[in-house]
Amino acid sequence: MPYLPEGAPLPDPGPDEIPFFEACARRELRLQRCADCGRFRHPPSPRCPECRSARIEWEQISGEGEVFSYTIVHHAVHKALKGTTPYNVVLVALDGTNGARLVSNLVDTPYQDVHVGQRVSLFWDEVPGGWLPRFTRSKAVAAT
Amino acid sequence: MRQERLKSGDVAAFAGATCIAGVGETRITSRGGQGDRTEFDLLCEAIQRAADDAGIPLDEIDGFVSFGAERHEPAVVQATLGIPVLRFSNLVWGAGGGGCPGSVMNAALAVHAGICRNVVVYRSLCQGQYHRYGQYRQRADGDTWMSPYGLMSPAQFFAMSFRRHMHLYGTRAEHLSHVAVPFREHAQRNPRAVQYGKPLTIEQHRTARMITDPFRLFDCCLETDGAGAVIVTSRSRARDTRHGGVPILAAAQASNKGWGLGPTGSHNMPEADYATINSRELAKALFGMSGLKPSDIDVAQIYDAFSGIVILALEDFGFVGRGEGGPFVAEGNLRWGTGALPTNTSGGLLSEGYLHGLNLIIEGVRQMRGESTTQVDDAQTCFVNGGGAAAHKSAVILGRKETA
Repeated sequence: MPYLPEGAPLPDPGPDEIPFFEACARRELRLQRCADCGRFRHPPSPRCPECRSARIEWEQISGEGEVFSYTIVHHAVHKALKGTTPYNVVLVALDGTNGARLVSNLVDTPYQDVHVGQRVSLFWDEVPGGWLPRFTRSKAVAAT
Repeated sequence: MRQERLKSGDVAAFAGATCIAGVGETRITSRGGQGDRTEFDLLCEAIQRAADDAGIPLDEIDGFVSFGAERHEPAVVQATLGIPVLRFSNLVWGAGGGGCPGSVMNAALAVHAGICRNVVVYRSLCQGQYHRYGQYRQRADGDTWMSPYGLMSPAQFFAMSFRRHMHLYGTRAEHLSHVAVPFREHAQRNPRAVQYGKPLTIEQHRTARMITDPFRLFDCCLETDGAGAVIVTSRSRARDTRHGGVPILAAAQASNKGWGLGPTGSHNMPEADYATINSRELAKALFGMSGLKPSDIDVAQIYDAFSGIVILALEDFGFVGRGEGGPFVAEGNLRWGTGALPTNTSGGLLSEGYLHGLNLIIEGVRQMRGESTTQVDDAQTCFVNGGGAAAHKSAVILGRKETA
């Protein structure tokens, strides 16, 4: 069962964003990286904001990171989520990416235990039509 | 001291030369409370009221400016009201309420450039007739990085920013009471406020149902229906209007490097800006233009779609230092009569109504005319900002009205 129920919105990427989701389909977490200065950036964009290069690499990353911030949603604003509250939303700062962050969820953590600074690992969550990068606080779960 | 600074400050030409000459608004109701009156009908009423308030005939309005997904475009408004000529139109890009004071700025620029004479700045917003801002809708940008994970509403977006602020500075959810409760107190003095006659205690605030931790029910914006408008004209022309002009001492738009869509996008703004409302460059521009310091501001209207935004705004604009916003509000400083910075004297977006910030401009004008229901004695300057969680931001400083 995915962390959020069927009927929750799914990614609807624009042209610059598609390679991220093509990698997700292979269960690879890849972020855009400047092929000239080497800086990671997210969300994807056609120029490096540091050196303005247009040369892009899609670099695979480990998916280790820590919780930068979070909220616990008690009042659902989408009909598909009405029976799912409370659920967590976490912002994960990814290791080795000069601070790139992903909005995601912690799939194995009671909402009362979510906190800033929590170390987390990537967990591929199957959703209709693909895979979403979610996270777990337990490396054992991430490895299965 | 202050008067000297007002005269000798490094004032941008347009700011010194333009005024707000009229304000108008409809009754603001809870969502769905306007009966058979449509949003467009309410907008027409607001514009007529603003023109009447200024004593400027509708026929002499020749500029139309708005912001933030306004539905009613200038040529249609012009045609509906039978206005002879449109010479200028403008919509501040994106930014939600962040574009509200920016729309006043753009109106002032057009007047000062001599492109048109009298500009109406307007915003109509009936959440009971169109979509509700508090419910999920797919956004054009950024949605793909958030909604699949259940991050779907402005309250949720900004809860993430505020949580980070709590982590960095020890700001507490209890501090939010000292934003929401004083604004509700101010609304008890304002019969136009949606929450007039509905006082709120600290206890009620802290025990209300949780919406998105740490925000509870009364930390979140009202969903209301209504419309508002103001008339911007030249300082010289304003002297001949009914009330005289309220001078625009400064008006600016800005965004910090790398902010992008901020919390309404993927939450990848620079780390130093994460727990802010992206208004630090704006503050430099605004206060630099006016020649004033934050301590020169007598009354403030701070964009309060969520209580936590106010604490971060106080820091960004330099009313307090970084991390000091929570303790500052907890000392009662936003309260009229006793606080150091009486704020949101009409009740604000949390308790008066949600015209996407335009009602804060209108209340700013009332303060500078001496007409507020919660008037700050001898107030000479009023600060008004726009926006919290969205993209770029804007603000104005208004001065005491001038009469012929």
